[in-house]
Amino acid sequence: MLPCTGRIDESLLLKAFENGADGVMVIGCLEGDCHYVNGNIRARARVERVYNILEQINIGPERIRMYNLSAGEGAKFAAFTNEFVGRVEELGPSPINLARSNGSKESEQEVQAT
Amino acid sequence: MITGTPKPIEEILEMVEPYDNIIVAGCFGCVTVCRVGGDKEVQVLSSTLRLAREAAGKKIEIREVCLERQCDPEYLEPMRPYIEDYQAVLSIACGAGIQFMAEKFTKTPLLPGINTGFLGVTERQGEWTERCQGCGDCVLHLTGGICPVTRCAKSIFHGPCGGSVQGICEVDKEVKCGWQLIIDRLVSLEQMENYGKLKPYKGWDTSRDGGPRRIIREDMV
Ligand code: SF4
Ligand code: SF4
Repeated sequence: MLPCTGRIDESLLLKAFENGADGVMVIGCLEGDCHYVNGNIRARARVERVYNILEQINIGPERIRMYNLSAGEGAKFAAFTNEFVGRVEELGPSPINLARSNGSKESEQEVQAT
Repeated sequence: MITGTPKPIEEILEMVEPYDNIIVAGCFGCVTVCRVGGDKEVQVLSSTLRLAREAAGKKIEIREVCLERQCDPEYLEPMRPYIEDYQAVLSIACGAGIQFMAEKFTKTPLLPGINTGFLGVTERQGEWTERCQGCGDCVLHLTGGICPVTRCAKSIFHGPCGGSVQGICEVDKEVKCGWQLIIDRLVSLEQMENYGKLKPYKGWDTSRDGGPRRIIREDMV
């Protein structure tokens, strides 16, 4: 949890994928409602940049998405989360996680073969 | 500052293809200010390369560094103890910094991660424009502070050419005629007499025409 989505930068989002996330959902306050004036607008631009990076390196851009909510919209939060998780489940594991699980299967096979 | 733009990620991936252990080196100077080669860009580029390579089944290890400047020897020296532990350096400093590193560390291949642009200024966040071509014989005192070498597409020295229409240069509708800007400024400064002081021709021997240039300050060496 960060006090403002304005603190999120591209490298944090990419790190999440490096650390094994299949999808990353960024939730900021409603646009025009940022306590720090425009943190959520900056976050949106950064999410868009990461979207483009993921597209270029074939990780799948739809694995990242930004939503805007007010703190009082619990039901909407749950609905958005379910929607995003459902979408990521349809996409399956990220190519990174696939490569990692293939790698570990191969090394298991190597261990068995020796 | 010296400006630049990132190289396309496919081009960088192709450059680093032969390697599995590299340094990505940024610079806290100009390229940090124009958001193309600073610490943040080192982190983003390194993560991007690691993700792309791991997804392709060919992992790459990256040491992330950002030097105070890549164009000064004292800031390069701290890399010497470890540089040969890596197969290549992908630098996102300007072309001067990258070349200087290549000269200092002759056994390590240097790869450029950005396309170096021009000497320019920040118009607003995300927009930079060119101002100076380092001609070596500055005339801004005679031209109302507007550079004819840079702002005139033809670098001419005697006023607007025939391609100037209503203050716009013929090369591009977005480009203002540099000479129109100069004349307008001289008129508003009431310095039109400066126009007559310009040499009818410009000597380019202090510019690029004599090959790579060198400055030696006898009082400092
Ligand atoms: S290496 Fe290039 S970008 Fe870095 S400070 Fe020197 S001139 Fe500027
Ligand atoms: S006249 Fe020469 S030194 Fe002066 S701003 Fe123009 S290019 Fe740069």
